[in-house]
Amino acid sequence: MSVVDPTAPLSDHPRRMNAGGLQVRGLRVETRAGVAVVDDVDLDVPAGTVLGLVGESGSGKTTVGTALLGGTRRGLRIAGGSVLLEGIDLTTLSEVELRGWRGSRVSYVPQDPTTALDPAMRVGKQVREVLDCHDYGSGPDARAQRVTEAFGEVGLPTDGEFARRYPHQLSGGQQQRVCIAIAFATWPALVVLDEPTTGLDVTTQSLVLDTVRKLTQQHGCAALYISHDLAVVSTISDEVAVLYAGSVVERAPTEQLVHRPRHPYTSRLVAAVPDLAGRRALTGIPGGAPSPGARPPGCRFEPRCTLAVDECARGLPPLVPVADDHLARCIRSADVSPAEVRDRDPEVGRAADPLLRVEGLSARYGKVSVLHGLSLDVPRGTCVALLGESGSGKTTLARTIAGLHRDAEGTLSLAGERLPFGSHERTRQTRAAIAYVFQNPYSSLNPRRTVGDSVGRPLRVLRGVRGAELDRRVGEMLDRVYLSSHYAQRYPDQLSGGERQRVAVARALISEPTLLVCDEITSALDVSVQANLVGLIEEFRHELDLTLLFVTHDIALVRNVAQQVAVLQAGAIVENAPTERLFTDPQHAYTRELLETTPNLVS
Amino acid sequence: MSALVPPAGDGGVTAPVAGQTPGLLRRSLATGRTRAGLAITMLVVAVAVVGPFVAPGGETAIVGPPNASEVPGLLFGTDVTGRDVWTRFLHGGISVLWLSALCTLVGVGAGLLIALLAGYSRTWVDEVLMRTTDVFLAFPAIVLALLFLAIFQPSAWTVILTVALGHAPRVARVMRSAVLDVAGRDYVRSAESMGLRRWSIRLGDLLPNVTGPLMVECGLRLTYSIGLVAGLGFLGLSGLAIDQADWGLMINEGRTAFTVQPWPVLLPVTAIGLLTVGTNLIADGIARAAAGTDREVGE
Amino acid sequence: MALGRLVGRRLAVGAVILFVVSLLVFGASLLLPGDAARAVLGRSASPDRLAVVRAQMHLDDPAPQRYLAWASDLVTGDLGNSTVSQEPVIELIAGRSGNSLLLMAIAALVATPLSLLLGSWSALRRDQLADHATALGTLVLASLPEFVVGIALIYVFATGLLQWFPPVVSTTMPVLEQPSVLVLPVATLVLAVAPYITRMMRATMLEVLDSDFVHQARLNGIPERSVLWRHAVPNAIGPVAQVIGLQLAYLAGGIVLVEFLFAYPGIGQGIVEAVNARDIPTLQALIMLIAAFYVLVNLLADVVGVLTNPRLRTGVA
Repeated sequence: MSVVDPTAPLSDHPRRMNAGGLQVRGLRVETRAGVAVVDDVDLDVPAGTVLGLVGESGSGKTTVGTALLGGTRRGLRIAGGSVLLEGIDLTTLSEVELRGWRGSRVSYVPQDPTTALDPAMRVGKQVREVLDCHDYGSGPDARAQRVTEAFGEVGLPTDGEFARRYPHQLSGGQQQRVCIAIAFATWPALVVLDEPTTGLDVTTQSLVLDTVRKLTQQHGCAALYISHDLAVVSTISDEVAVLYAGSVVERAPTEQLVHRPRHPYTSRLVAAVPDLAGRRALTGIPGGAPSPGARPPGCRFEPRCTLAVDECARGLPPLVPVADDHLARCIRSADVSPAEVRDRDPEVGRAADPLLRVEGLSARYGKVSVLHGLSLDVPRGTCVALLGESGSGKTTLARTIAGLHRDAEGTLSLAGERLPFGSHERTRQTRAAIAYVFQNPYSSLNPRRTVGDSVGRPLRVLRGVRGAELDRRVGEMLDRVYLSSHYAQRYPDQLSGGERQRVAVARALISEPTLLVCDEITSALDVSVQANLVGLIEEFRHELDLTLLFVTHDIALVRNVAQQVAVLQAGAIVENAPTERLFTDPQHAYTRELLETTPNLVS
Repeated sequence: MSALVPPAGDGGVTAPVAGQTPGLLRRSLATGRTRAGLAITMLVVAVAVVGPFVAPGGETAIVGPPNASEVPGLLFGTDVTGRDVWTRFLHGGISVLWLSALCTLVGVGAGLLIALLAGYSRTWVDEVLMRTTDVFLAFPAIVLALLFLAIFQPSAWTVILTVALGHAPRVARVMRSAVLDVAGRDYVRSAESMGLRRWSIRLGDLLPNVTGPLMVECGLRLTYSIGLVAGLGFLGLSGLAIDQADWGLMINEGRTAFTVQPWPVLLPVTAIGLLTVGTNLIADGIARAAAGTDREVGE
Repeated sequence: MALGRLVGRRLAVGAVILFVVSLLVFGASLLLPGDAARAVLGRSASPDRLAVVRAQMHLDDPAPQRYLAWASDLVTGDLGNSTVSQEPVIELIAGRSGNSLLLMAIAALVATPLSLLLGSWSALRRDQLADHATALGTLVLASLPEFVVGIALIYVFATGLLQWFPPVVSTTMPVLEQPSVLVLPVATLVLAVAPYITRMMRATMLEVLDSDFVHQARLNGIPERSVLWRHAVPNAIGPVAQVIGLQLAYLAGGIVLVEFLFAYPGIGQGIVEAVNARDIPTLQALIMLIAAFYVLVNLLADVVGVLTNPRLRTGVA
């Protein structure tokens, strides 16, 4: 391995000989109180390859990412382990030396490009700045040329006009590509990407992923792609490492990990990812990950593991090879079965009469027209998905149906009866008949009301139920969403995101509605939690003969949840078909484009 | 049929945090600065409230030659007409206190009402209210007060109304942003979908969730009220009877002889200063507690 | 250009504000008990004389007409005569305006750079002793009413402990010929205004220093000094400019108490005297003057706000 002086200027010659790649051994990051956030993390990323790091909330994946740059959030410090890059252990470097490495040898692509770019500085200048401060190249001309090159590499216009723009004049996808350009501008040895495609729509995401993959190979650098989304990770990574509760539990080449996992968590995680091909049934993982400080002394997945035996709880298993190139942290790894390809009988929608009928609906926000004369029939007892990306109008449609948006024209009818647009003008019956579950579990519950208070409100307001009767029914409802009735006394900020969503579902269903509108209810949740919630809704649909309108941007989820799909683009329904037909024989170009660009678990 | 595993708990990390604003007062009391502020304020309030009962003698009694700083038997000498400074000081706080308190209550109340209306209206009400308050914002409160006092006889109610008029636009601006913020949350949408009336939602969902900024504003406005009320007294326009003991008035009366007999000015000035510092410390403490502190989290 | 549009809009709003204020000011004078003619002529005036003066002053005309007459006079510079001294108001306030402007200008020129520097300095030394000391000091000063600060300064520097400056202004000399008189009033105003700007600057700097793009700049290896001057400061100036503008406008009110305290011959003192003497024409003129000043300073603050915010500069909402 070559020892490189981190303070020396980079050479002009573009191709770097990057023999070593990245090796991380035993990395441990602690809080000031000594509580470990991540510990015993081992990673290997050969030059020119991408390692995906997958983890859900509480796994510590972002902490690992910033630790590789020798940086941590306030209150955390690197307490042990080594980070070897180009033969140098980054944990042994001083702050001054590290600053020389950051941005030049090791760079970081952030999650949110909108806030990561300086709003007061032109984008070209922001790329140039990094080159200047690391003394790239032989002089100002070389740097100016490199800026242009960098924009070209990420597929952005190379004319001067674009470089003179401010971040707010760019789209989300363009902003992210600027961040990637900055990261790759100095020909680094390691690039850390922290969920860089969150918030981008599927086609842009696909572009960004392609760009990253291409650049990694061209530059011959090592890339670490951090994400919670296993599907995305699997399309871009050569190898995947799974992080659970602060340590790596499995690491293997992508295909092997997905098809032949050797750790129970990985296996369950794969099963929780919606399968675009619709072959695998969606199953969640019960329980929750332990937070730092509350981690059990033995295997951390043991409390939720179906394969657990007594020995598992006694000590943390070591990360050992279990097959070629395949490491796992489980004493029963041989018994781990691959994600079950349960033959789903995709449920075919019944030919039932429509419960909800939308005809010629147009809606506006002020002067801007958001929906353009669309029509839709929602058959009784089925789940109809409203699929679209941001800006397609799907939320507006959902809200108009629920009576939350009044600036609209057209006809809405429920069970044959015409519906006025504002909820104030609707009868109590109608208001009780249509229920709504919101996307963001952190803002859909009033923080000043107890859970019981919020859940019981529809009964109080719409059906006049009070007192002991109300308490009883609230308790019942909480039980039915698998939260104990003790939750009635708690406040929302004592609950996790998944629990809050279940409270929201309880609130929606307590008035015994006939139509349930779900607005991106899983977008803010971890994949394993998402599967549980979706399962819960399905259960209710069958038990109560509920009709569902399921708004989402997640195509794979649609296949596992809905019997009919309406695809929205720019305020119009471009395709409306039974689920299986839409996926096997899409008619509209937009639908085809969505299906092609959506990442799916490598199959 | 999809196979289901009944979820016993769920994924994601549970963050056990104490309930919100019920704990805000508790949390702010835990900070040193709120406690210091409370101590100082209570001290001055005690002097003002208990003072009249422990003062030696009456506030209007002449007990010695005017402006004499050294008079046997008197702690701080006599004022411009020969009254006992210490007695007048002990009597002079209560008027400042109740005037400021009322100014604050009326001002914050009016501002809150405007904010609730403007921050959650579907119509032009918001525009109109905000433009109107903008006009009044264009004024230093004291100038506005002087204008009105020139027209109407200075009386306690004139003072209260004009100072409150000075507060209301500022409170309305601040509280309107808070209300707007809350009005955008989904639980308000949820209440709307149930068909609840707008005032029901204002009182049941919006108001309880803006108590943090409201308390901060109360504290800040109280500080300014005290300054304004005392200031108007200092200018001789407080609307109180001419020989009534009042801290602001005492400063006004004692100005001319300040060089030789500083006590009629220094005592009330110190008291007013301490009081405003105290209330501001409390307001600041609440503001910091409401803003929250950095948490150490792993993700 | 976005800037031009903004200035235009702001001027229009300012004009409306001045209009409404003028309505208020004029309307308030209508509510005055007593008779304006009698106030001018004195109590012993004969009914005939009163009738003549009333006609002269158009007191029997309908209110809107009187308003228009008054407003047009105002705009052309005819501010009427003081009911106290019978002299043209404009002469009375000309000198005073100059004095007050001098006071406010010096206070602004001292306070602004001082508080910007102090605010940034304490933000960089976050949570250290210097920061805590500054925070406490500014908090205390921000709470104190200006006249309390003024009296304290007088006691320490003029009459009590140290006798460096005169406590009151001598009216026999123009202010500029006795510069030492300016020191304490300016100091009081600075101490009234600077703490708040300092706190805002510190808060804004901290917010910017904690922002994602500063974090990213550090992750990109940009040296701390560049992070500070090239990324943090440019983004902190905008919000602070607005606050500075408001504070400077607040000076217009602060001078009332300060001038009264120091017997400084400015507009503030003029207003108090006019109120006490019920000199309505003078009062009206002075209040309109302050309102105009306020509108102007707010406009300037908005302009600076736009110039420093690229989003607004390029016209994208």
